[in-house]
Amino acid sequence: MPETAATIPRVPIRVTVNGAEQALEIEPRLLLVDLLREVLNLTGTHVGCDTSYCGACTVLLNGAAVKSCTVLAVHANGGEVLTVEGLARNGELHPVQKAFAECQGLQCGYCTPGFLLATLQLLRGNPSPDEAAVRKGLAGNTCRCTGYQNIFKAVEAAARAMR
Amino acid sequence: MLAALGDEARPLAGGQSLVPLMKLRLAAPAHLVDLNFVPGLASIARENGTLRFGALARHADIEASSLVQQVPILHDCAAGIADVQVRNRGTIGGSLAEADPSGDWAPVLLALETSVHVTGPQGERTIPLADFITDAYTTQLARAELIREISVQVPPKSSGGAYLAFKRCAPVYATASAAVQLTLDASGTCAQARVFLGCVGLTAVRAADAEAALAGKDIGTKTIEAAAEAARAAAEPHSDMRGSAEYKKDLVAALVRRAVEVAARRARGERVELSHVYA
Repeated sequence: MPETAATIPRVPIRVTVNGAEQALEIEPRLLLVDLLREVLNLTGTHVGCDTSYCGACTVLLNGAAVKSCTVLAVHANGGEVLTVEGLARNGELHPVQKAFAECQGLQCGYCTPGFLLATLQLLRGNPSPDEAAVRKGLAGNTCRCTGYQNIFKAVEAAARAMR
Repeated sequence: MLAALGDEARPLAGGQSLVPLMKLRLAAPAHLVDLNFVPGLASIARENGTLRFGALARHADIEASSLVQQVPILHDCAAGIADVQVRNRGTIGGSLAEADPSGDWAPVLLALETSVHVTGPQGERTIPLADFITDAYTTQLARAELIREISVQVPPKSSGGAYLAFKRCAPVYATASAAVQLTLDASGTCAQARVFLGCVGLTAVRAADAEAALAGKDIGTKTIEAAAEAARAAAEPHSDMRGSAEYKKDLVAALVRRAVEVAARRARGERVELSHVYA
């Protein structure tokens, strides 16, 4: 008899999402993005292309930007995930969020959560990136509205605010 | 475990190729054996004259490794694979085991002296990389065998290399790529040359005539042009959505020209930053 969703045994995982530890039982085939959106109801992480191209689903896994549509949720076991919902603290937007808002580094906003997290990883590793480093750091994120110029300005502004 | 699960099981490394293939239903293994929790498989170390990469060493860790800075062609490769998100997950062992004709590591590692250390139910064996990849998506790996480690001989001081790809954008495979490693003798003449091309054949293509055009010569404009033309002739591209066969041959010539220039400067001790060309 072929295995179906009902017969695949679930596996226990422990994962800290935006600072809160979660103990969950999941199907081993579950993708990280589906864990976030469908299980934990954190719908700020968007699915764009679902083929590992566009980067809209970017989150930080143990501090590293990953495309959560191409990572199995079990790979987050024992780890920490940061999504767009975890950026603001006590009602105060994160400096990267503020910079994107102030520089109008978005139009429709669909790709923005992924850009915010990719920017955060970039600036944590390189507080003063030059233009080439910004382009390289955000090369895995696609925006179909802005033409990127305001996004680059936002990254620059965020870098200044975070230094 | 792989042996017990049989033909329907696939090992899973970084998942940056296998997971998308499964989502497209182009791969539908009944079982995945996850290597990510196997301890000690992701190390990067140097022992005497050999760099040793655990199969699960991720592209981003290789990019950041100070050991790799000494072999610039390896850094060119690791830093240029896809985008930061993919480099954070994808692994060198997974890339070689997949043997995608558009993969970045094969042409680069073939331009160096590279061995693949394989482990399985029958024990360990070591395979030169040139023999390991036998065809598109095909390697010498037997059922239930895994890559454990990839070892690369550090080239001498008088050697320099460069890897350059042309890509429509970061997340996609390159349209064409060129890996060049040159070793100069005491007088600055090219003693040995290796030239491999990516994306223009079923496996990485060795441009032997381009190597012959460089060996024994001073690396000047005429030599570089001869090597570029020989590489153009060696490429066997197909026309596809990335470009026509003729266009790709032109691209190969241009990439080899630039890669030879940078490799020669690096062989002379110059520090040269190099990044891929994006459309």
